[in-house]
Amino acid sequence: MKLTKILFAMAGLVAVPFAAIAGEDSQLTINEEPLITSAAAPAHMENVDTIFSGWVFRTDETQALQMDDFDNPAFVFIDQAIDSFNAVDGSSGKACVSCHESPEVFKGLRASMPRVNGSGELETIPELVNNCRTERMGAEKWKWSGGKMAGMIGLIGLQSRGMAVDVAIDGPASGMWEKGKELYYQRVGQLDMSCSNCHEDNYGNMIRADHLSQGQINGFPTYRLKNAKLNTIHGRFKGCMKNIRATPFKEGSDEFKALELYVASRSNGLMIETPSVRN
Amino acid sequence: MKLFATTALAAALLGSPSLAGSIAPSDVQFGENGEIQASLTGVAGDAANGRKLFMNRKKGNCLACHVNSEMSEQTFHGEVGPELDGVADRWGTEELRGILVNSKMMFEGTIMPAFYKDAGYNRTLKKFIGKTILGPQEVEDVLAYLSTLKE
Ligand code: HEC
Ligand code: HEC
Repeated sequence: MKLTKILFAMAGLVAVPFAAIAGEDSQLTINEEPLITSAAAPAHMENVDTIFSGWVFRTDETQALQMDDFDNPAFVFIDQAIDSFNAVDGSSGKACVSCHESPEVFKGLRASMPRVNGSGELETIPELVNNCRTERMGAEKWKWSGGKMAGMIGLIGLQSRGMAVDVAIDGPASGMWEKGKELYYQRVGQLDMSCSNCHEDNYGNMIRADHLSQGQINGFPTYRLKNAKLNTIHGRFKGCMKNIRATPFKEGSDEFKALELYVASRSNGLMIETPSVRN
Repeated sequence: MKLFATTALAAALLGSPSLAGSIAPSDVQFGENGEIQASLTGVAGDAANGRKLFMNRKKGNCLACHVNSEMSEQTFHGEVGPELDGVADRWGTEELRGILVNSKMMFEGTIMPAFYKDAGYNRTLKKFIGKTILGPQEVEDVLAYLSTLKE
């Protein structure tokens, strides 16, 4: 008796993620260049066969905003970042451009981040930016999710657009990667949910008005229509944790960096779409 | 004036797990299959209030995960859990109470939150520490509403 009831309950659950993905057949082109939005899941993912960009799950209108840089509202912030790239700041009298010829020299960086550096530390793009600001420019640190930082990591990320995500998870990265994986599957908060509950078990399903994606980060920083600004990866993690009534980790914390590495490794094979547009 | 103040106080207490005469979250007795025999409060549930709690995003927010045709006037029904149409034909009151209080006792590893459990969580936001999502009478109210969902 109990078994039949449970089976019955489960029948409703037999998720049909593929059928439910509205934009599965839509093709992302940016400035008329095609980009792939799905790929075979990397070997380390045990429960998912195909990985999808978050773009696939958005409405036609939101999708369209990302297809042309003139329509993409994120470019307002990218343009501001070009200005700050060239602007002298700090006690050394230097700008980014004093050491880096142009943002284009960062082509490829976004696709391999986060990564473990020579001292065995896991590093992220905002940390590299702040390193230059404090060590080389004698300038103040920028806030992790502040407008200046979000714009600058958007500009740096844009240089890798169309390149396949390829973060290293073995060797020196393996410990942090394992930690990130643990956090991804750990239930937290009063709603007692893990990232995987929504983004692995239920992608393609509606959760009230939201169409659940796989929570991929290949498009970050992302312009959200909801708050009309560029949103960082750690800012999004924080938002998801608060939604499940959990105390978020701090932006830039070891926990969020490890989680970023793990989530990035789940998009290995997808293309960088920075800056993406989401609702 | 005095009467008004007392009623307001009583109303405020209603949502609290410590309401005198109600069963505390840690004292709830589950049966073998995760069902709960006894009412949490001994006061009959109010189905009309239960209906409101079901759709309220800060309370049950059941609609986030479940389709419920009885509320078709509401936009956006979630698809994470099974449709609840006719749910009272499939489950009895005691089973439904168990599913509401802590569905993990019946469906191992489910994503569905436990609505009357106040401990055993990890990193709960400060303002929710030691609290249940629904108060005991609210659980009974949602239960009364669910019991009307017959086909
Ligand atoms: C209760 C469900 C839920 C949980 C649990 C959850 N998220 Fe989300 N997440 C959402 C929703 C809804 C969105 C917005 C729609 C979408 O992209 O899925 C979202 C969006 C995201 C995005 C943006 C994707 C994009 O394409 O822009 C990322 C990244 C993300 N989540 C990561 C996480 C991580 C990491 C965790 C765990 C710390 C987590 N989420 C936990 C519901 C959840
Ligand atoms: C985050 C998602 C989520 C929320 C919120 C949620 N549920 Fe559920 N519910 C589920 C899932 C998933 C199942 C299937 C059980 C399983 O996981 O095996 C379920 C099962 C049920 C069942 C058994 C249904 C059947 O046909 O067997 C009932 C009854 C139910 N939920 C009622 C509710 C009520 C009432 C609320 C709000 C007070 C609620 N749920 C909130 C996800 C949810």
